[in-house]
This record gives sequence, C-alpha cells and structure tokens, in this order.
Amino acid sequence: MLEVRAMKRLPHFTLDVDFAVRDEILVLFGPSGAGKTMTLRLIAGLERPDAGEVVLDGRTLVSRERRVWVPPRERRVGMVFQDLALFPHLDVTRNVLYGARLRGDEARARLERLLDTFRIGHLARRWPAELSGGERQRVALARALMSDPDVLLLDEPFSSLDLETRRAVQDEVVAAHGTWRIPFVFVTHDREEAERLGDRMLFLRAGRQEG
Amino acid sequence: MTVDWQPVLLSLRVAAAALAVVAVAGTLAARAMTGRHFPGKDVLDGLLVLPLVLPPVVTGFLLLVLLGRGGPVGAPLERAFGIRLLFTVHAAVLAAVVVAFPLMYQSAKAAFQGVDRRLEDAARTLGAGEGRVFLTVTLPLAWPGLAAGVVLAFARSLGEFGATVMIAGNIPGETTTVPLAIYFLADAGDMRTAGVYALLISAASMALVVGLNVWARRRVPGWQRGRRG
Repeated sequence: MLEVRAMKRLPHFTLDVDFAVRDEILVLFGPSGAGKTMTLRLIAGLERPDAGEVVLDGRTLVSRERRVWVPPRERRVGMVFQDLALFPHLDVTRNVLYGARLRGDEARARLERLLDTFRIGHLARRWPAELSGGERQRVALARALMSDPDVLLLDEPFSSLDLETRRAVQDEVVAAHGTWRIPFVFVTHDREEAERLGDRMLFLRAGRQEG
Repeated sequence: MTVDWQPVLLSLRVAAAALAVVAVAGTLAARAMTGRHFPGKDVLDGLLVLPLVLPPVVTGFLLLVLLGRGGPVGAPLERAFGIRLLFTVHAAVLAAVVVAFPLMYQSAKAAFQGVDRRLEDAARTLGAGEGRVFLTVTLPLAWPGLAAGVVLAFARSLGEFGATVMIAGNIPGETTTVPLAIYFLADAGDMRTAGVYALLISAASMALVVGLNVWARRRVPGWQRGRRG
C-alpha cells in the first residue's frame, strides 16, 4: 500500500494531497498544471515535499517531520514519464535491462517475459528513434516493470497516441496491473481515459483534492 | 636552413599536459555548474570564462603578478615547498591551461545542458546512483560536445603565445614553444624558418578541426541516424 500525505509550495499554489492506494489503479485526474506530475515526482523522490510523508508498504520513503529521506534509486518506485524518457543511445533490450535488479539468467528470463507480454520481442535490437508511439509506450512500461517496483507511476503516458493505439495500450496497462498486483497511480487529464482505467479516481485542481 | 624540432616536440608536450588538466577540470566544473543555483553563480561563471575574452597578454600579466616571488600565490608556494613556477616549462603548461580552460568549460556546459534532465531522472527511478547516471546517461549523451571541447582546447593550447611569453619567457629547449619560436625568429629576420613553423602549426590546427568534423559525421551512432545497418 502506498500512503501519500504531502504538501509542497509551488509558484502559483500549494500542492496538498492526502491519499492511499492499495493494489489498485488510482487515477489522478485534473486540468493541466493542477500538480499531478508534481505529486508523482514527490512519490518517486525526484522532488522533496515541504511537509508530510510518503510511505510504501510500511516503509517511509520521505518524512519531513521524522527527517527521513530515501533517494529515488532505493525507493522501488517505477515511473513511466510523460515523454517516456527512453534512453536514445540504448537499444530496446538495453533500455529495458537498465533497471534490472535480477542478474544473469533470471534477468534474461524476466526480459523475455516482458518483451512477450508487451509484444515488443521483435524490436529487441531497435533504437527508440525507430519505434512508433505505441511501441515506445510498451518499451517504457516494460522498462519500468523490469526494475521490480513496489508501485508504478504513469504520467500521462498516452497523451500523444491516436485513439486506437491508446485503447490498446490502456488495455495492456490493465492487464499488466492484473499480473503485477501492485499499486498503479495513473495521471491523466482525459476523463474518458480516467474512467476507463481507474478503479478509483482522485480529482486535483490547483493543488487541492476534490472527491 | 635546418629546422629545429625541439619547439615542435615541446609544444606537443605542453599542449598534451595542459589538455589532461583542462579536459578533466573543464568537464567537472561544467558538471558542477549545470542545473545548480547559488548566490554568486554568475560571477563565478564569468571568472571561469574570463580568459576567453581577456587579451592573453593580460591573462599572462595577472598570472605574473599572482605567481611572482612577492605575489600572493608565488610567495607562499616558494616558502612552503620551494617551488618556483615562473619561467619554467610548468609555467608554459599553466598558461596553456588557463587560456584553454574556458573553451573546454563552455563546450562541456553546452553539452551537459543539452542532455534531457528527464533521462537522468528516469535512470534514478530505475535504481541508478548519481555516479551511474553520469557515466551511463549524461556522459554518453554529452560526448560529442565534450569531444569538440577537447579538440578546441588542444588547438588553443598548441597556439598559445601571449600568456606564455609573459610567464614562461623564451628559454630554448625549456619554454620556447612553436608560437614563441615564430615570434622570435621573425623578429630576428629569419622569415624562412618562422614560415616553416607557421605552416606546421596551421596544418596541425587545420587537421584537428577537419578531423573533428569528419569524426563527428562518421561516428554518428545508429540511434541518431534513425535506422540501424
């Protein structure tokens, strides 16, 4: 379970969130600039909150009050970035393997499985620049899951896709969630996507939670 | 006319030694200065780049004052370690370091700024520590810009005259690099030998720059070409 209770002052408003996610897909929904991405970055440890804490499976990742700080590399928080952030100088295989915690044969087996799951096995030796939008999405998902995260954060990963491809990868996210059984936090500003994916929805406006 | 190769070899040695310092220091300084904000950053940045815009003679003059026997750096250095830098080959290297540093620093800074911060963030969430992020993401992506900085810094060191003549002087076999040799030969009316040196250094500089261009085009990795093979 992921528990987030965090406050951060931003230039135009103060982000103030308080929520918990079980092994479900929580959709963070709201207009652009509402603090959705910042919320994910706080969870991943790419930003520090001004107050509050983030606790993952009972493990405190950050707490201003108790002066705890776990750096991102030790958090086991997987993240799919809005622009995917695939490493342009590594091929698909090396991108996916970048975050592998397993070694040797185990890593190979996991890699094969992930490439299979996301139907990207035939792209193993390709560069990110050679892939279509949908293919890149799948590589980014596989890479995040290869690191064995305890929670997966997805920051509007499908905003650049056409409707058909978007539906397909949305289904894959739901399927992956069924397999991995960890909390997913999915950020979107698209209501249809929010309703299609979310077990639960959290509306964010100017840093405040509504409902 | 016999050409003395000593200035040529000395120039290469001085430039190589200077490059070793400049490549490392310029890269580290650029890394430390990108994506960080602190009071006085603009002033510090200006100081690091200053030798690029100062006349080399002025840079040399400042070094001369600093490193002189009574100077704020020279005096303690001599008292504590018995080291005298001025008018030695080390001074020639120092002059080359100071004037070439801004070129490396500027190139490296531009190269690092061109690396997408989100890629570094992605690496962090994938379990990479800062060292691994730097070596596997930042450095490979900044590499073409760093290589350009190395070539420019080397060429600049090779041709350094103004600061060198101020703090290293013209001691044959010790501090007489090619540019100094050219100046003093021409001054003495030996235009032919000076011309040979001038030709040599022009050819070397040209070769470096052309070499860099060719390398940059050839070495474009698959991911930038779009398609592999």
